Amino acid sequence: MSKNAKLFLGVAVLYLATGLLISWNQALFILNFALVSAIMALGVNIQWGYAGLFNTGIMGFAALGGLSVALVATPPVREAWAAGGTGILAGLGIGLATLAAGITLWKRMVPGRNRALALTLVLLAGFVIFRMVFDPAVTAVEAVNPSVSGNLGGLGLPVLLAWPLGGLLAALAAWGIGKTALGLRSDYLAIATLGIAEIIVAVMKNEDWLARGVKMMNVQQRPWPVPFEVDLQANPTFLNLANSLGFDPVTGSSILVKLTYMAMILAVLAGIIWLSERALNSPWGRMMRAIRDNEDAARAMGKDVTRRHLQVFILGSALAGVAGAILTSMDGILNPGTYQPLRFTFLIWVMVIIGGSGNNWGAVLGSLLIGWLWLIVETLGPTVMSGITAGMADGPLKAHLVDSAQHMRLLTMGVILLLVLRFSPRGLIPEK
Amino acid sequence: MDILNALVAFLNFVFIPGLTYGAQLALGALGVTLIYGILRFSNFAHGDTMAFGTMVTILVTWWFQSIGITAGILPTALLALPFGIAATAALVLATDKAVYQFYRRQKASPTILVIVSMGVMFVMNGIVRLIIGVDDQNFADGGRFLISAGEFKSATGLAEGLAIKGTQAVTVITAFVVVAALFWFLQKTRTGKSMRAFSDNEDLALLSGINPDRVVQVTWILAAALATIAGVLYGLDKSFRPFTYFQLLLPIFAAAIVGGLGSPLGAIAGGFVIAFSEVVLTYAWKKVVTYVLPESLAPDGLLQLMATDYKFAVSFAILILVLLFMPTGLFKGKSF
Repeated sequence: MSKNAKLFLGVAVLYLATGLLISWNQALFILNFALVSAIMALGVNIQWGYAGLFNTGIMGFAALGGLSVALVATPPVREAWAAGGTGILAGLGIGLATLAAGITLWKRMVPGRNRALALTLVLLAGFVIFRMVFDPAVTAVEAVNPSVSGNLGGLGLPVLLAWPLGGLLAALAAWGIGKTALGLRSDYLAIATLGIAEIIVAVMKNEDWLARGVKMMNVQQRPWPVPFEVDLQANPTFLNLANSLGFDPVTGSSILVKLTYMAMILAVLAGIIWLSERALNSPWGRMMRAIRDNEDAARAMGKDVTRRHLQVFILGSALAGVAGAILTSMDGILNPGTYQPLRFTFLIWVMVIIGGSGNNWGAVLGSLLIGWLWLIVETLGPTVMSGITAGMADGPLKAHLVDSAQHMRLLTMGVILLLVLRFSPRGLIPEK
Repeated sequence: MDILNALVAFLNFVFIPGLTYGAQLALGALGVTLIYGILRFSNFAHGDTMAFGTMVTILVTWWFQSIGITAGILPTALLALPFGIAATAALVLATDKAVYQFYRRQKASPTILVIVSMGVMFVMNGIVRLIIGVDDQNFADGGRFLISAGEFKSATGLAEGLAIKGTQAVTVITAFVVVAALFWFLQKTRTGKSMRAFSDNEDLALLSGINPDRVVQVTWILAAALATIAGVLYGLDKSFRPFTYFQLLLPIFAAAIVGGLGSPLGAIAGGFVIAFSEVVLTYAWKKVVTYVLPESLAPDGLLQLMATDYKFAVSFAILILVLLFMPTGLFKGKSF
């Protein structure tokens, strides 16, 4: 058996042990989390492993994917559209037109004081008109039934459509970001994308008309690809099955739902791996690696490095968008407050680097391993800590140690990342 | 009279908060810029270094308070600060020995060092959360106000009050002293000169017999001191929460880059540019404008350019604009 198969087998044993020793429900929960992360990790791998782009804005693209679930699957709020829909659309149009005018001006005019002055004037005027059109519309929309909606709502389409559309939304954003930021050198690109991701999440938190902001949004109303646990527990066929096979219907329904999701995520993941592998081993993949290893030489061979970078940036970010959409539709709730860079950006990076950047299977393995570790430390940490502190007298110190044990996972991740970078910088499954 | 009221409102709500926040950012950005100048990478762990230093200072402050040592009108944290700096310096020196030194010897690319600093960030973040937890910690004591709004109103007879918190005064004065000392060190002492030489031209510096290990060590100690002071001042002024400190990394980077990475003077200018833009763009100007304009022209809206929640967005937007149009920053830092 090859070394790689053994590694995957080892990870499988971890999940089986979790299922047998803790619960299958928990094991499946972790597995689904890891599989979704694997899609994001493949996105990072395409950007970093294939092309050497240092993108730390994964969180922003995942958040856009989540947003697309709300925009696609929830029913439209007709009153809100009547109150301010046109105003909001017009406002956004004016904003975009101002930006476009500014960019054209910047490109067409001769550099100098006149250009700077004209640009400032155009942007200022655009901003004032934008606020004049946009603000009253937003106030009107947010006043419509604020306790349950106060937003424009979505398109009312089946939620499965949100997965590809989430990718598309992220790709669109990546196009805009890539156009402006990709010329930067790598650590500036990292800082810029980190900032842009924060801006995206800030917009989602504050623009209540879009998806209710921090008031959160229930995205479970539309035709659902997976049955609800509650419906299953009321379904006589399912109850009979549970009786005859001898399992508890509550746990059983939860496990069945998770298994369905797992099958769907696996299907998406398999498709993406197949496509990425084909791309990696095609002339296109060779070209990308050539650009990564020596940009100047690739440019001298007539390769359009800027365009290729943009292309790969869009592809990788789209995958993060798809993963974000899957995650939100699985949670059934869109809460912009949960998007945190440690979890959505840096953890994915740890997965890719530990798995082996430049290798798709490495990224998947890294996600399964690190995803498991990330969640299992949360579950087991307090237990282990109570074991360690069992000899201590009860008191604030002991309580504090047990409480904070779940933060062990940050420390563990950091130490693992540093060890891998130092002693095995090519990761568990190195690039071929 | 109305102009005076407008001026006081401006000072109270825009100038003083901006000045304080700017001083805190400037100190943080100085640390980032020093590390960039000497070690040549962007240190993602700087925010968490600040959090660590502040945490140690808070713990020592609590200990001092429990045994009855206070600094009178000044916050006790100032007495605890040296302990915080020492602990942080020890931590970053140990980190350098255990982690960064290896990559320096290898002449690893800056990108690898950034990823390594991501690992260090995780570890420090974990340590801080493990020891002090994730909640808000308030550790400010001493005099609350230098001037309170009520006193100011009764003394001057103006309708607007001017309040200067004790922590704001402490921040600005401490920042001024620290920056003066740092510049004196860099300009006048032998070690400071060798640091600048090393930053300008590494090979030439090595050739003239400068000990690189010593330069690196001093840089880390300075960065630790700056990070701890910045973190403690921020914590005194607002409050301490590990996650906030991680988020501070972005405005601090913005300040360092806007000023020009590698340029200490630029870091200070950048800190104030970022802080004032954040405050000016998110402040509701209605109050100030109402005083200045005649009654018939009084504004209806709040005259707020952006919601307060977009504070961070402002600093990133400036950062991105500077990166695109002026990649070396205001003070010609190192772009490549």
